[in-house]
Amino acid sequence: MKTFGGKVLFLDRSDINTDEIIPAKYLTEISKEALKPHMLEDLKLEGFEPGSAKVGQARVIVTRANFGCGSSREHAPWVFEINDINVVIASGFARIFRQNMFNCGMLAIEVSEAVCSRLFELNDNDSAITLDFANDRFTIESANGRETFTYQISQFDKALVEAGGWVGFADARY
Amino acid sequence: MALTLAEKIFRSHLRDEPFPGTKVLGIDVVMCHEITTPIAINDLVARGKDRVFDPDKIKVVIDHVTPAKDTKTAQQGKILRDWAKRHQIKDFFDIGRNGVCHAIFPEHGFIRPGYTVIMGDSHTCTHGAFGAFAAGVGTTDLEVGILKGVCAFREPKTIRVNVNGKMPDAVYAKDVILRIIKELTVKGATDCVIEFHGDVVKKMSMESRMTLCNMAIEAGGTSGICMPDKVTVNYLWPFISGEYADKKAALADFRKWHSDRGCTYEKVLDIDVTDMEPQITYGYKPDEVKNISELEGMPVDQVYIGSCTNGRLEDLKVAAAYLKGRAIAASVRGIVSPATPKVFRDADRLGIIRIFMDAGFCVTNPTCGACLGMSNGVLAPGEVCASTTNRNFNGRMGKGGMVHLMSPAVAAVTAIEGKIADPRKYGKEASK
Repeated sequence: MKTFGGKVLFLDRSDINTDEIIPAKYLTEISKEALKPHMLEDLKLEGFEPGSAKVGQARVIVTRANFGCGSSREHAPWVFEINDINVVIASGFARIFRQNMFNCGMLAIEVSEAVCSRLFELNDNDSAITLDFANDRFTIESANGRETFTYQISQFDKALVEAGGWVGFADARY
Repeated sequence: MALTLAEKIFRSHLRDEPFPGTKVLGIDVVMCHEITTPIAINDLVARGKDRVFDPDKIKVVIDHVTPAKDTKTAQQGKILRDWAKRHQIKDFFDIGRNGVCHAIFPEHGFIRPGYTVIMGDSHTCTHGAFGAFAAGVGTTDLEVGILKGVCAFREPKTIRVNVNGKMPDAVYAKDVILRIIKELTVKGATDCVIEFHGDVVKKMSMESRMTLCNMAIEAGGTSGICMPDKVTVNYLWPFISGEYADKKAALADFRKWHSDRGCTYEKVLDIDVTDMEPQITYGYKPDEVKNISELEGMPVDQVYIGSCTNGRLEDLKVAAAYLKGRAIAASVRGIVSPATPKVFRDADRLGIIRIFMDAGFCVTNPTCGACLGMSNGVLAPGEVCASTTNRNFNGRMGKGGMVHLMSPAVAAVTAIEGKIADPRKYGKEASK
């Protein structure tokens, strides 16, 4: 299983799409390593600098609704994975992106709008999240406080994370 | 129990339910292109599992960057080509015979009502136009599909969209779907399929229905779906005539997939097209849609006609009706990409290619091309493209570029005027 948790990168916008996560021009790459420097390269967001040290330290992304909309490219989860970001917490995901995350053994955690807003309130630009995968909960710690939230993922998605992804799971079963 | 078309397909294709709510379906067609498949192939090879579940159910095309533009894209093509060869995949479309996946696969009759279809491409939802469940998936799902012929889904809910009224002149399927996306929003159909009903859809050709279904994903939808009817039978007849006594028998068989009266819909949306204007996007999201009159007069640098949304013969015909005897503005770069060799050949035979060339368009080979700024037609920062494609994301057609989505009619008159223009002004004749 992958490791989950660490410093948080907050992306305060809904509908962040796959072209913003990894532009199409990099889809000619056939290794994950080659994608590494281009994570979120085309994302225009106040206070966000692609490639900055802060972005490099992030291990968790917290964002708003419909994250990962657009293309089916699995390069989007891969560019996070190769940058050691294995968890995205959002108030909603696009279906293909969400499934791609679990298929890679990564976590796409959907929380309510209220929980999502609370996470943004607690953001002190140096927040960290620890994950208790076995008990479906995570804890955010920042200068603004320390709070624990429970979440729900399907049994299937949990099994994929435990199996390290869909290929291993499917190959053992079908 | 009354079922939707998608529910019927899920029941008939259910292979396993490993956990409550997770349905593993048998897949009828696994489609592959050179952008998302090579990594799946390499992974299968690395795992010592370089096998395919059924070479006849795998359809392969090189379409995103063709001819190859550099070493990397040449390698992607080679990985796909070598793989298709060693597994004896006979439906492999390489240069000279290749075209945009969601245009060329239907042309060969690969999709039938009631089928399950997956591809590592979000616009796979297009094939729901045939009454199929067709979903875009990532490379891992594709890899498992190639190896095992299965794919896991949460069973989607169904949104029903009724499109009624009289289609005004110069209004087309593209305008209808842009309006629907505006109503549903970019996330409104997440984990849902969108069924298209109503008199307007019944009268639409398969090409127009594919335009509708193609953009279901832009509202977050898993698949667009149209009920298979006479139009579907007629389109598929060359491929199914051996399987049925006559068209009536095919129609009767197809009807079994129709959503039942009294089935459960997550939501019902009614659209009356009677007073609809041509539609156009204005922002960086496909639900940011306005009436053409609100954007008219805005200058553009490039006009692109093509793609899996609007690169079929019907689309080229519409554009050519406006372009005939006219020239595009000197300030505009016009590019047209017939979506398949058949579209290209038919357009040539009908004199449509000539009309585009005489008007000053560059005619490219069939390819995904400018749509996602991967091979040709890339915009410079600050440039604006009027485009018949399906996505207007920031940077989609080149970093710093702006894309406005529209019908081939709006694109054609915009090319003529060099600024966003209203095709209704060109009269009835050109619009039909």
